[in-house]
Amino acid sequence: MRQHRPDLHSLAAAYALHALDPEEREDFAAHLAHCEECRGDVAGFEETAARLAAAAGQHPPEELKRRTLDAVEGVRQLPPRVPATGRVPRLVRTLRRRAVPLGLAAGLAAATVLGGLAVRQHQENEDVRLRARQAEQRLEAVGAVLAAPDARTAHGRTADGALATVVTSEHRNQAVFAAEGLPAPARGHTYQLWLDLGGTMRPAGFLHADGAVLLDGAPAGATAVGLTVEPAGGSARPTTRPLLLLALPF
Amino acid sequence: MAIPAQELRPRGLSPARPAGGRPVTRPLSFGAPGPRAREDLAEVMSRVARGDQQAFATLYDAVAPLVFGIVLRVVRDRAQSEEVTQEVMIDLWRQAARFRPEAGSVTAWAATIAHRRAVDRVRSAQAASDREHARATREHTTAFDEVAEQVETRLESEQVRRCLRALTELQRQAVTLAYYRGLTYREVAQTLGAPLPTVKTRLRDGLIRLRDCMGVGS
Repeated sequence: MRQHRPDLHSLAAAYALHALDPEEREDFAAHLAHCEECRGDVAGFEETAARLAAAAGQHPPEELKRRTLDAVEGVRQLPPRVPATGRVPRLVRTLRRRAVPLGLAAGLAAATVLGGLAVRQHQENEDVRLRARQAEQRLEAVGAVLAAPDARTAHGRTADGALATVVTSEHRNQAVFAAEGLPAPARGHTYQLWLDLGGTMRPAGFLHADGAVLLDGAPAGATAVGLTVEPAGGSARPTTRPLLLLALPF
Repeated sequence: MAIPAQELRPRGLSPARPAGGRPVTRPLSFGAPGPRAREDLAEVMSRVARGDQQAFATLYDAVAPLVFGIVLRVVRDRAQSEEVTQEVMIDLWRQAARFRPEAGSVTAWAATIAHRRAVDRVRSAQAASDREHARATREHTTAFDEVAEQVETRLESEQVRRCLRALTELQRQAVTLAYYRGLTYREVAQTLGAPLPTVKTRLRDGLIRLRDCMGVGS
């Protein structure tokens, strides 16, 4: 029962006042990820609501302070940079961080060196040189997303235990997917990536082994990235149960 | 969600403080935090994020009245409101490292968490008793205009009162019922006997006018 965007957009006020039904609230939260204007509206409405709260201010009883201060002594604080809100994917538990993980950056550096070697060693071969150039361009695109000032990262684990990372840049409207510990696909099969657009899976490229790839297509409007095993050459829509459905970070 | 008698006191009488609370002799000064106060509180929050319990005590003093005030408005029951207030304050401690100053003020963050938890508390109670809910909604229908007016006269901030008065009748009722009563906009529509799209629009227009009237820059 998802609504059209203009309709969703008008719900920013009701969202900020917690006046939406749970289903609408979830839809709007997913929409927020990709609507900068809505985030601005919500922030302004929340500031406004805070004034309404402040105007109703009342001092709590004194002993509540002591009880609360005593209570926090035994409460562990959550680590930083892990947004508390967002849709929880069905198949994986996600852990979101804004910083690009070290492992991913190191892997990218190594891949860049290999790309450079490929160019030098096969200069006489135009075909290989072209492919190396394309690989280099892809790496540059991957690097640009990872280095984007607005890069956001989410982590998850695939059903078979590989560590998956997705990095998005809203400004560039691009996303990078990286996997570590992915088993080689069965002969005649490949890993295929998908972007989840309101429940419709749009093909978003392939992954043949561990490493980082730029997702095909713009992530704007998508809420999650999916990973399935498909027959070599890929499918128009997923034909197997997803190994991973990871909410895009925002 | 029945409306206690104290809410229906005629206009013009100054509201009594509920028993058990510390008497307040002057308006609380959280109405319109200036940029300076906002930065100071963000700095306090960053110390809280590092586990500084002294900073947490400062944060408590700064936001607990705002938190308790809005929770009490929505939840109504004093004992439950104290419980929810404590939960909210512990939540601020737990999540301190996740506060992003560039995304909004500490007070907005605290008020959002407080209102969310208050609303969760009354909605789960409502879900437990739909009949009670239906009865409460009928009571709202007979009393909504007095409620909206009383909410207004009981507010501490002159600016907020003035800005609420500048709204149209339906805008003010939609905003106050949704925020101070914790109703969903469907419940607001039912309460006011107004069509859903109208309430949605009034809620939005009302908040936009309040925001502009209060000079909130997002």
